[in-house]
Amino acid sequence: MTQAVGPLDSARERRSLLWGIGLAIALPLWFLLYRMLQPIARAIVGLLPIEPGSHLAASVEFFFYDTPKVLMLLTLVVFAMGVVRSFFSPDRTRAILAGRREGLGNIAAAHLGIVTPFCSCSAVPLFVGFVSAGVPLGVTFSFLIAAPMVNEVALGLLFALVGWKVALTYLAFGLLTAILGGWVIGRLRLENWLEPWVRDLRAAPASIEARKLVWADRFDAGWDAVRDIVGRVWLWMILGIAAGAFIHGYVPAELLSRIMGADSWWSVPAAVLLGIPIYSNAAGIIPVVEALLGKGAALGTVLAFMMSVTALSLPEMIILRKVLSLRLIAVFITVVGSGILAVGFLFNALYS
Amino acid sequence: MTDIKVLGPGCKRCQATETIVKDAAAQLGLAATIEKVTDYAEIARYGAAATPAIVIDGKLVHAGGLPKEEDVRRWLQQAG
Repeated sequence: MTQAVGPLDSARERRSLLWGIGLAIALPLWFLLYRMLQPIARAIVGLLPIEPGSHLAASVEFFFYDTPKVLMLLTLVVFAMGVVRSFFSPDRTRAILAGRREGLGNIAAAHLGIVTPFCSCSAVPLFVGFVSAGVPLGVTFSFLIAAPMVNEVALGLLFALVGWKVALTYLAFGLLTAILGGWVIGRLRLENWLEPWVRDLRAAPASIEARKLVWADRFDAGWDAVRDIVGRVWLWMILGIAAGAFIHGYVPAELLSRIMGADSWWSVPAAVLLGIPIYSNAAGIIPVVEALLGKGAALGTVLAFMMSVTALSLPEMIILRKVLSLRLIAVFITVVGSGILAVGFLFNALYS
Repeated sequence: MTDIKVLGPGCKRCQATETIVKDAAAQLGLAATIEKVTDYAEIARYGAAATPAIVIDGKLVHAGGLPKEEDVRRWLQQAG
């Protein structure tokens, strides 16, 4: 395609420059404000007629501190991820994965699953598009498992709120589950369990002539992601923070560590089962995770709950039912569920 | 007559995409038929790996995410 030259291009260049200047001002302001949140929250609680040191004071301060903190972090993380994702697209990912062998293909698919942008209503076209273009079934599944399991926003928030060790381990084990899960599904040779119309479809992948993106376009993409994701999840987020605040102020630590501590082996499977019907955006669950960990809940149990909430969701299963037989969905749930269980037990063993 | 198809199962973004395309065609005064394709098999047959996608005269020009209005206008101008 011929690129438009002249006024349009120079306008885009200028917008890149404006974005650069804007970010150079906005980022330091962001950090400055972020550092002042705790004192501001204290001051607000001090103004309210609440007895200092009470359960209520602890809950309210957690809420007033965490809400702006998490929303600010969310905005920054989503913006950065939106920019990163502008380097990837589903059709480019498909081109990379088509005809890949299992093994390396699974590894590549799991990583691409984290960074490739696609909305949940795209899950079926994506699946069909991959399989019909010759991406092996197991490799496609590695992609499909990694995408919700290692949620990039959750990863960023974990990194900022809970710490880099937990964030990295979450990333590593999420990837491992996706790679092994996809590999197992590939080994089982379940192509016959696809819905017939998917199996028979052979579509030539169409290549789209992508226009050359300048930095302004990538920053625009980041901003679009902020408006879209923050606009969608802020309410869930605040509900999550309220739940976290309640746990923080009222739930006694001994109770939680008895139920969700590392000593009770059944807590991990219970957390996974509990997480399947609950579908929350990963962003909404992080404040709860933060509060649970603060109260002595075992890391593995909490992570298992989080992964189950985000990776095994009923709405997604219902959408996928259009292309997968019930048996294949059962296999999918079993493989991913076992992976999450393994992560939970392993974490509890490592960090207790 | 330009033949435009908007591919997508009917999520919010797909509807928004259809509106963008309709508005752009109207602004340009382009004689076009705009059709929505919601059937998954048909979407896949166009080779789209993500929705919403746009097909103009049988050629896939966009797949995944909301298109930019200036891009839509450019595609329509090239076709019309």
